[in-house]
Amino acid sequence: MFGILASIVDGVLVGAVYGLAAMGLTLIWGVMNVINLTHGAMIVAGMFGLFYLTTLGIPAYAALAPVLAGGFAIGIAVYWISVHRVIGRPPLMSLLSTFAMNMVLIGLGTAVWGTALFNVPVALPGITLRGYTFTGTHLMAAVLTASIAGALYLFLYRMRLGKAIRAVASNREAAELNGIPTTQVLALTFALGVALASISGALIATLFPFTVLSGTAYQLKSFVVTVLGGLGNPAGALLGGIALGLLEGLITPFMPVSWTTVIEFVVFVIVLIAFPRGLFAFVRHARTR
Amino acid sequence: MRAAEVVRRPTPWLIAAAVLAFALLPLQGNDVGLREDLLLAAVYIILATNLNLMIGYAGYVNFGNIVFFGLGGYVCVWLVNAHAWPLFAAALLAGAVVSVLALCFGFGILRLRGAYFALATIGVNEGVKAFVANFSPWGGSTGIYLSITAYQPLGGPASALWTIYFLLVAVMALSLALSYAVKNSKFGLGLRAIGQNEDAALVLGVPTRRYKAMAYSASAFLPAMAGALFFFKSAFIQPDDAYDLVLSTEAIVAVMLGGQGTIVGPLLGAFLYEELRGTLLTTKAFSNFQLVIAGLLLLVIVQFVPGGLMGWVHRRWPRTKRILE
Amino acid sequence: MAANETDSRVTALLELHEIGKRFGGVEAVAGLTFTVGEGEIVGLIGPNGAGKSTAFDLINGVRLPDRGRVVFRGEDITGMMPCDVVRRGLARTHQIVQPLATMSVLENCMVGACFGREDLSLQAGETVAREVADLVGLRDRLAEPASQLTIAGKKRLELARALCARPSLLLLDEVLAGLNPTEVQRMIEVVRTLRDCGISILMIEHLMQAIMGLSDRIVVLSSGRKLAEGPRAVVAANPAVIEAYLGDASLAGVAHRRA
Repeated sequence: MFGILASIVDGVLVGAVYGLAAMGLTLIWGVMNVINLTHGAMIVAGMFGLFYLTTLGIPAYAALAPVLAGGFAIGIAVYWISVHRVIGRPPLMSLLSTFAMNMVLIGLGTAVWGTALFNVPVALPGITLRGYTFTGTHLMAAVLTASIAGALYLFLYRMRLGKAIRAVASNREAAELNGIPTTQVLALTFALGVALASISGALIATLFPFTVLSGTAYQLKSFVVTVLGGLGNPAGALLGGIALGLLEGLITPFMPVSWTTVIEFVVFVIVLIAFPRGLFAFVRHARTR
Repeated sequence: MRAAEVVRRPTPWLIAAAVLAFALLPLQGNDVGLREDLLLAAVYIILATNLNLMIGYAGYVNFGNIVFFGLGGYVCVWLVNAHAWPLFAAALLAGAVVSVLALCFGFGILRLRGAYFALATIGVNEGVKAFVANFSPWGGSTGIYLSITAYQPLGGPASALWTIYFLLVAVMALSLALSYAVKNSKFGLGLRAIGQNEDAALVLGVPTRRYKAMAYSASAFLPAMAGALFFFKSAFIQPDDAYDLVLSTEAIVAVMLGGQGTIVGPLLGAFLYEELRGTLLTTKAFSNFQLVIAGLLLLVIVQFVPGGLMGWVHRRWPRTKRILE
Repeated sequence: MAANETDSRVTALLELHEIGKRFGGVEAVAGLTFTVGEGEIVGLIGPNGAGKSTAFDLINGVRLPDRGRVVFRGEDITGMMPCDVVRRGLARTHQIVQPLATMSVLENCMVGACFGREDLSLQAGETVAREVADLVGLRDRLAEPASQLTIAGKKRLELARALCARPSLLLLDEVLAGLNPTEVQRMIEVVRTLRDCGISILMIEHLMQAIMGLSDRIVVLSSGRKLAEGPRAVVAANPAVIEAYLGDASLAGVAHRRA
């Protein structure tokens, strides 16, 4: 019994990190109605970023800050290369554009690193209860996620730039008329979303081994979480991530791992069809009449 | 659209010419190498042309379009292998089964708007792949192997390969014909209205739900048959090959490259892309970069030439709109 | 001739019975009841945000009413899909024009014709489309992509598409907005011609003079509720209506004396 409980708790811890990843996706989606299909690649970028920084001798958790900064920089680049020109156009175009960018990135990644497995060994003492150990890395990841989420909240609701982002999300024209440089704000928001994705990738790297192709699985989880939490709703994303982690914690003791992906996809499609506004909030409609 | 009208327009003749070229050229001197090259091109053309029904007409990007191809392949190979069905019947049934499934599925996932639909189709593909990988009657993750006896009813392997090739060319011809028929029909008008502005189309009376599901189902039939033929020819099918997202993506690139919404576009785009890909794969330096090149192509097209080759041609020489549809 | 809501001489084509719609905490439309009779032009007016376009959405099925019924030609069409509503002879234009941009003007109209009240073939639809385009003055622009029309042209296209469906009731949402005085006059003439052809009209309009001149009856909405209904003189003199527009009851006295 406690084994299942332990699995659930662990699921919640890991789920928080999924939520962090999804926050980046939902922020971009909500603010500029762009579905960032490079999201998975950005998560992988964070993973590799952490890997190489730790091989340079920097302790894992200290390396998170440069990964965040690096992710931000990459985000700006990706925005100008593949998003800027397609913002006003039908959503189909931005979808294909970021999709294409993702192909380029993953293609380059596989050309350089192949499908080799990478690992970032992090030694952190865990907490042991009744014979079950909650690994230190999982606990740390959850704590850091909470801190980052808190920081994001403060940024969006208390700081001028964050408020500008929310203004642009709400009504771009009105924001422009109010003197907000919307293009810069959009670029910034995109970069912020990517930064969140890459730092979540770095955190995931402290938990599990990864390959260049790992991004796809986490991107899918991010999508599931995003629709669970409602588009453009970072708080919902965090809750959705925890919900997904919980679901995984419930499933994994009973089913082979290969089924997890299927179940997540099924959940994804069902949630999209049955709860177009997400379980936790209501934003734009995903569904037609 | 009556026969007299069709004969008078240039595009059907162009299609016929292309099909004839595919059929006759490899026969010259029994060129097996050319046949294999054209076979692959035909597969790309079939995938792209049918995908165009969704992307180019209805404006819905079916990222997971390869699921039709893979499922069709599995149904056919399984029927031939486990139940000794003749190829033609198996392929036909594969097409029918997959398009019926698509119709049922379509009503469900087509309630989702453009981008969400696109993501859901990846879900469908990955879901089916994972399911098949765990489904032992279909060989699970190892797949199904066809023994060489499967080719006996077709006169042995060498002659079977030719038959399969011509069948595929026939499926290609049907795909192009379907594309043409739809574009010039009331159904096509409704689909294009949906692609322009679904809400407006609904208010104008277009039965959007039904039409979208029909398009999705129609776009499944011929790729399923193509999959049936292709995997029969390979004598081997397994989940990773059958539900290959890379091929699915390449079909999208082909449509966008050639010009979505046109008939000649996907034909041209698929052919050009397949040739480009073939050249790259044989050049040592580029073989790893197949995905990168495809991605760069798509990136450039979407941002600078969203109408693709045909879109550019139509804008530059508006008269060609009637000649090269 | 005066016509009030219980006039039995006019058969009710469209009946709204207590329809309501809530968005979050706001009641966009609350308990709205009125009718449109055959052969009538009914004007729907009210200050911004009064719920007029939402009422249209509820009538033709773009939005589901939370409560109430919509009856058209004796049939309950509440919540019916918009494509089915058009099938029954009720067409609608939009305040913000929605042309099918890359399709030609002719094709735009053909969509309206082929999927309208009758299930027409492409050829029959094209014939209807050409006729209607002639009527609204788009004959010379049939081959152009719809995106290339001027605002006036797009408004005319919006109207043409709805007409191609051969409706018996036409919902016009601010069909005069954004037009210059000449274009306004022309459009008013077109609307009159339509009524003479037997099409009943329910129109939302802000141009007071135009709608007062055109309408047989006026329905006034404010904050989702019906404020007044009746012939134009009666409505124009109604103090509640004046207050809704000017926001101040004391001005009602001034306007009343002026009217």
